[in-house]
Amino acid sequence: MTQDGVNTGRRRFLVVATSAMGAVAAAGVAVPFVRSWNPSEKAKAIGAPVRINVANVAEGELVTGQWRGKPIFIVKRKAEMMAALSQDDLKARLKDANSEVVSQQPEWAANDARARDGSDLSVLIGICTHLGCSPQFVPEVGPQDYDRNWVGGYFCPCHGSRFDLSGRVFNGSPAATNLEVPPYYIEDNVLTVGVEGPEA
Amino acid sequence: MIKRDNAFVAWIDRRLPISNAFEKHMSQYYAPKNLNAWYFFGVLSLLVLVNQIITGIWLTMNYVPSAEEAFRSVEYIMRDVELGWLLRYMHSTGASAFFVVVYLHMFRGILYGSYQKPRELIWLFGMAIYLLLMAEAFMGYVLPWGQMSYWGAQVIINLFGAIPVIGPDLTQWIRGDFLISGITLNRFFALHVVALPLIIVALVVAHILALHEVGSNNPDGIDIKKHVDDQGRPKDGIPFYPYFLPVHDLVGIVVFLIVFSIVLFFFPEGGGYFLEAPNFEEANPLKTPEHIAPVWYFGAFYAILRAVTFDVGPINSTLGGVIAMGAAIAVLFVLPWLDRSPVRSWRYKGWMSKVAIVLFAISFAILTWLGGEAQTPALTILSQVCMAIYFAFFLLMPFYTKYEKCKPVPERIPSK
Repeated sequence: MTQDGVNTGRRRFLVVATSAMGAVAAAGVAVPFVRSWNPSEKAKAIGAPVRINVANVAEGELVTGQWRGKPIFIVKRKAEMMAALSQDDLKARLKDANSEVVSQQPEWAANDARARDGSDLSVLIGICTHLGCSPQFVPEVGPQDYDRNWVGGYFCPCHGSRFDLSGRVFNGSPAATNLEVPPYYIEDNVLTVGVEGPEA
Repeated sequence: MIKRDNAFVAWIDRRLPISNAFEKHMSQYYAPKNLNAWYFFGVLSLLVLVNQIITGIWLTMNYVPSAEEAFRSVEYIMRDVELGWLLRYMHSTGASAFFVVVYLHMFRGILYGSYQKPRELIWLFGMAIYLLLMAEAFMGYVLPWGQMSYWGAQVIINLFGAIPVIGPDLTQWIRGDFLISGITLNRFFALHVVALPLIIVALVVAHILALHEVGSNNPDGIDIKKHVDDQGRPKDGIPFYPYFLPVHDLVGIVVFLIVFSIVLFFFPEGGGYFLEAPNFEEANPLKTPEHIAPVWYFGAFYAILRAVTFDVGPINSTLGGVIAMGAAIAVLFVLPWLDRSPVRSWRYKGWMSKVAIVLFAISFAILTWLGGEAQTPALTILSQVCMAIYFAFFLLMPFYTKYEKCKPVPERIPSK
């Protein structure tokens, strides 16, 4: 190992050991720079549940609330809209007609209405599951540029994803999952978004 | 220009070799004598870069990077700051001009095989610049905090959300919030104004140093260093200074500046393609504009993103779109290793390469246009066809460049 009095083995070991320690130090120094990008305490504080009065929501119209800075779509669906949601020829055109992707709604909303107790009041996070645009509410039944057999629902202008009135995504949309149903409950016509029920 | 026998120059030279540097990069740098108009775009990119840096510095003097003030401060620059509108339009028009010249510069490289051995590293540095330029342009577009700023940022940041497992946490880390907010705006400002420009300038230096090490390619793809005179100077080369810069390139610069000024003074919004109408409305997190489209220079990649409306095995359409978009950019990086042709320039390549390059250019142009259009079923199919051509150009290149019949390349640059 030695030549001309130089211990090359020891030299190599020292170089490797110093480099390794240097790399560890560099990783350590990177920590504050990386972690400072996480949401600050101030940002975290603005996440509390919100209350919205739904007594005056008219049938077939969209009311937009706000929770954690995201739009919340509230729609009281008409009887004929509700009836259409369970039809097999509609469900055949949906990617996840039976709400089987569990992350997209609370357990109790895995029904055709995607609402508490199958209610006609729909509460959805109005953010497209594709890339986060806010879809438009297009309740009228009739041919559209983006869909000749449009049955009413939500259309995302960014990338053309289409959802039915329960927020279920149509086949052929870039979005892969249904619109998310937030945790919510309704008591005395007041909708609370952000929690599953009245806190004890 | 620089005289070594000048006492002052000699004094400097003993401390910093400026004469050597000037000779190496200017007066003794031999560029092929047949460089044509396509070779203006390198110099022009440098010109636009300087414009962006200087106007950018001046804009920061009045811009306020906060969610409350950003939109208003841009309007303040436009209305109240003396000639502020001019500085802002120089910067925003400059951004589009940057991509025009960079796209033409890159296409020149494809036409004449400038990425081939021994210029792979130049191409890689160039692609890194292009990638950072896209990040720089995207973050810059967020700063005015208009509707397009906000929703454009929403879409681009959510691209990272499509990555399995870490996606949602990663997007939150990038935003620094549960939604895009002033926190996001502030960090984009820091990156746009300080971090990325520093890296881009460093890469430009590396790009040029690597170029000057191996020398410029030319429209015939002939290696001019094979035939040198008794002093080692390429017989088909002429010194960069004074023949290309300033004399030859000055023509290109003047023509460019005329076109640039026409846009700057008469069409500063570029018909809605440089500055989009919804961006004159302040950001509203609850309402996506009716028609959202990226700025034109992202159009092609955006169209590829949207073209994937189908699931591929376990990969859903969202992730598939992001992968396709990423691959469309990534494949450009490996171009030097996809081209197996014995010749560089398309002038000597076979008919298959020529057809492929033309189809590629057409499909890229159509995709760029499609990126700004609202999506309809017919346009979706068109974008899928163009995407197929785009990828076929690259992925089939190892085959058609290898098996096609090329024309013999002359030893010396042919004189007309």
